Amino acid sequence: MAHSARRDSPELPDLSLLKRLVRDQLIYLLEQLPGKKDLFIDSDLMSPLDRIANVSTLKQHEVDKLYKVEHKPIVSISDQICFLIRPRIQTVKWICDVVNADKAVGKFRRYKIIFTPQKFYACEAVLEEQGVFGDVTTDEWAFYLLPLDEDIISLELPEFFRDNFLAGDQRWVRTAGSALHLLHSLFGPFSKVYGIGRCSKMTYESWREQVEQGEQKARHAEIGNVFLIDRDVDFVTPLCSQVVYEGLVDDIFRIKCGCVEFGPEVTSSDKSIKVMLNSQDKVFNEIRNEHFSNVFGFLSQKARNLQTAYDKRRGMDIQQMKTFVSEELKGLKQEHRLLSLHISASESIMKKKTKQDFQELLKTEHCLLEGFEIRECISFIEEHINRQISMIESLRLLCLLSVTENGLLPKDFKSLKAQYLQSYGADHLLTFSNLRQLGLLVEQQPGETLTVMESKVGKLVNDRAAVKLTDAFSSLAKKSHFRALSKKLNLIPKSEEDYDLRVPRDMAYIFSGAYIPLSCKIIEQVLERDGWTGLEEVTRLINGHEFAVTGADPKSKSDARRIILVMFLGGCTFSEISALRFLGKEKGYKFIVVTTAITNSSRLLEALLDNNI
Amino acid sequence: MMKSKADEEDYWNSSKYNAFTFDDADDELSAVRPEPEPESKRARTGSGSVYGTKTETKLLKLKETKKAVNRIGPLLAEDGEEDWERVSWSGEPVGSISWSVKELAASNQRADREPAFPKISTETPSLSKSQSGISLSSLFKGKPKGGNLQTFNDGESDERTILGDSSLRLYTPELRKPKSEYKDLISDWSAEETVQRLQQGKVSDPAAGAQRADQNQNQNQNLPVCVPQGVTLEKFRSLQDKLLLLDLAVAAHDGNAITAVLIYLKRTLCKGLSLRRFCCRWLNVTFSPFGFFCSEVLFRELESRQTALRHFIHYLTENREQRLLLELLRALGRTEEAALLQYKDYKNIADENKRRDFLKSCLSLQFGGEDGNHVQDHYTLLERQIIIEAADRKAEREGKLEVFQKFPRKASILNMPLITTLYYCCFYHYNESEGTFSSPLNVRQTFKISEKQYFTTALAARAKLKNWTDVDAMFNSRNWLGFSKKKSPLSFQRVVDILQKNSAPTQVLQEYVGLVSDAELRIGLAQKHKCHDIVINTYRDMKDRQQLAEYRKKVERGSAEEQKIDELLSNQ
Repeated sequence: MAHSARRDSPELPDLSLLKRLVRDQLIYLLEQLPGKKDLFIDSDLMSPLDRIANVSTLKQHEVDKLYKVEHKPIVSISDQICFLIRPRIQTVKWICDVVNADKAVGKFRRYKIIFTPQKFYACEAVLEEQGVFGDVTTDEWAFYLLPLDEDIISLELPEFFRDNFLAGDQRWVRTAGSALHLLHSLFGPFSKVYGIGRCSKMTYESWREQVEQGEQKARHAEIGNVFLIDRDVDFVTPLCSQVVYEGLVDDIFRIKCGCVEFGPEVTSSDKSIKVMLNSQDKVFNEIRNEHFSNVFGFLSQKARNLQTAYDKRRGMDIQQMKTFVSEELKGLKQEHRLLSLHISASESIMKKKTKQDFQELLKTEHCLLEGFEIRECISFIEEHINRQISMIESLRLLCLLSVTENGLLPKDFKSLKAQYLQSYGADHLLTFSNLRQLGLLVEQQPGETLTVMESKVGKLVNDRAAVKLTDAFSSLAKKSHFRALSKKLNLIPKSEEDYDLRVPRDMAYIFSGAYIPLSCKIIEQVLERDGWTGLEEVTRLINGHEFAVTGADPKSKSDARRIILVMFLGGCTFSEISALRFLGKEKGYKFIVVTTAITNSSRLLEALLDNNI
Repeated sequence: MMKSKADEEDYWNSSKYNAFTFDDADDELSAVRPEPEPESKRARTGSGSVYGTKTETKLLKLKETKKAVNRIGPLLAEDGEEDWERVSWSGEPVGSISWSVKELAASNQRADREPAFPKISTETPSLSKSQSGISLSSLFKGKPKGGNLQTFNDGESDERTILGDSSLRLYTPELRKPKSEYKDLISDWSAEETVQRLQQGKVSDPAAGAQRADQNQNQNQNLPVCVPQGVTLEKFRSLQDKLLLLDLAVAAHDGNAITAVLIYLKRTLCKGLSLRRFCCRWLNVTFSPFGFFCSEVLFRELESRQTALRHFIHYLTENREQRLLLELLRALGRTEEAALLQYKDYKNIADENKRRDFLKSCLSLQFGGEDGNHVQDHYTLLERQIIIEAADRKAEREGKLEVFQKFPRKASILNMPLITTLYYCCFYHYNESEGTFSSPLNVRQTFKISEKQYFTTALAARAKLKNWTDVDAMFNSRNWLGFSKKKSPLSFQRVVDILQKNSAPTQVLQEYVGLVSDAELRIGLAQKHKCHDIVINTYRDMKDRQQLAEYRKKVERGSAEEQKIDELLSNQ
């Protein structure tokens, strides 16, 4: 990508090991219930399960029929039923209903619940309350980590974000700690751990305790450094429109568990196609991190190359042709198929984006990031709401406005909220309440905390000085944290005009050269400084909870030190992953991203709507 | 019998067969899907999508299963163990993992059972762990762990269940015992130890297991399966002890442990609530949410423990204990949250009249900020929608009004947002006098809709009807001199956008494109919408001959536009 890229990046460890481990464990658990059995699977476990096992695996272990958990009476006639679920109270209640319904008609079956990644006391309490404790055996399947690609691992726990940051429930902290512990024992020992955020700190603690309790075998470290980061450290980045290919595909088509479904508009037939998107797809691998404006050029170049390769056939004799067919043709065909698929996907993206005035939208976002022409931005958002364009999109812009401006002026807040409710329905009162609780969409407080300070200071100095101080404070108050951070860390590159997106000079390329993602910038700075020294002001603005710890055994190979595990607690976006890949190339690191789930602006905000509890 | 491995490879590499997906609606389609890695390619011995999409019925899924299985029939061996051992589905060169897993389990049983519970035979394995979990049930009931079978089924008089339970046990052999088994039996844990166990209880040692599995399934190693351990909270009886337990759980940052302690506190501290509710029902009086009963104890203590409080609130929310939750919020003085929580209940009421009445009852709640007004609006809107819906349904059925026949209503207006309702009124009731409920002007006034918002909605509605006279009239602002020039609260660029999206003809668009004040923008729009006159006139005003000559190439040969350009070009 960039001309200055270092070429000596270390090799990534083989993450597929993780898949084998959980598969073996699942098989073991299935065999704990010998004989034919029907398996009920939580719907959001299906895709993750698909990545590690398949039907014949299950069949071999005497799974007869497979059902999806649907919270309805079941039709299974098997006398053994196994439930593979996330530890959720409502699902367990449903299972209790199933068991009690059987009891009522005198039907006897064996039931087993496999909770993954772990069980919670609250779930077992339900079993007890409903009088089925003892009728049902329970187990845990420690399916913590699903490698989505050679450098992405997901916990596939989208609820982590809402539970932890909105509800303040720390149930997943131990899970995250255990996931880290697993990686530590497979690819560690880690020599250095950095982190920022409350949840990161707790996760670190949980991990540390588990390390202390378990025995650690001496082994060669494959991953040297770890960086833990809370999603709420940086809400700005996931709220921005993604313009790197992979992120854009996620925004538009929604990538699920590393797989995307292209609808008829892409396949130009009446069918949809499911495609795995990862580094095995050679075409995708070359464009995934590219700014969308480069993708077309790249694809057409690729098409020309392909044509040339096909053209080789001409003038071949039989023998040559035979070799060609057996050796090259299949690869070419595969490439051909992928190429045409990504071309139509790009076309479809273009069509969708021009329809919704994407340029104008991006312009507004960039203005918000820069803190420029805010009034114009507000009226753009207002029109967006007035015209009832996408409910999530309007919410996203409102949140971006609030986060970058450190809250809306009371007048604006009142009017925009009223208009939003008028356009999208009064039930969004609950959405607004959630957003306020999380600090994503708030009203600027007319210096409440400052008044306390002022009165204290006021007592110490004379009146005139107090007036001056008040002025100073209120000007401080108007300054948003994001603006201050942006200034401190140079997140907005100067001179946007001459930013060549084909030869990116920094991570800002993932947002068309307009903004360097805060999360990634922090990671870059900390790695560069080997700690938080010199970033005191930044951590203060982010609200602290930073740490940097050196492990006991720093004798690991230098290669391992350049492999950095970044764990996002609460989700990360594909754009951030692209930015880290870029950073890795620049500095000779390799990043492995561990995330509680892949997120984007829609998922982030949908988690905060109030229709899912 | 199995096909040879080469056949299998062939099968998977040829694209006419499909890779397996759990959530695949149509398995034909996954053919293109590249394999994530060679290892998993080998693993996909089975084929066909068995799971169907979420929306599909189970029946269909079963059918698919059958189909899929039939298709892979020749590949799948009979159920015999020996056969599938050779499948090597995981890509492992070793024999069946499940076989080794079984061996492992067996060996573990042999190895581990002896020291922990030497006196119990394999037929009746250790009972304390048979439920494979931290048996909260037993501990909350105050039963010591490691008791006999009856302890577990306390309260279950059904003999069958007990038998079933014990037979199940045979199938769930324990792998290893907690080192501290003996101590568990006497349940002599300090608060610290208890919390520590609460934390560990569920946690297997995934890492240890993982590492072992890493070593190529060494059969003498333990498997990464959880180690159930018993914890008892029952002995913490004084409030002080209970709170200590809670504080320790909070200090350990383990949400699961915190919730476990909270459930215990809830059970042992708020008996009054259910009793009170029972009394209320019995006396047939409305249950007063303002509590003066013993849940107060818990509430009071939670107030100073924010982390625990948030866990408790979340637990109650998930467990759908609305009443207790409301009581808690009120006791804490969080009336605004309580109000919202109560308001939210309207979603569970389907009948519109009941819903309206419920919303009305919400008006007296103490909402924060402007929320009270928003709820008032919500109520007023629904009330009005019910009236409009009834009238319009009737009008539609009677077929008296032309507009309903020309543009039949696609859905009921009930429960739609305000702006959608306004649009609806602009569509069907545009010219009604301000006195009716369905008049747009009345809606606008009642809900204090901004001028810009009203304009945008009305414009879209009238344009949708292709009523260009109405559209035109919207821009005519009168002053005391009579008609003046067209005015719009919305930028003309946006106006053009809205009109164009409602497929306005060029001559209509042209008028509004011409009103865009910025020349560049105007030319851009005019070109996009083929308003030649505007482009030509703008270039003329800008005296840009070059652009004009350039544009000449774009218009049709021999058209009036071409003539006009020629005239202009030759004039100067």
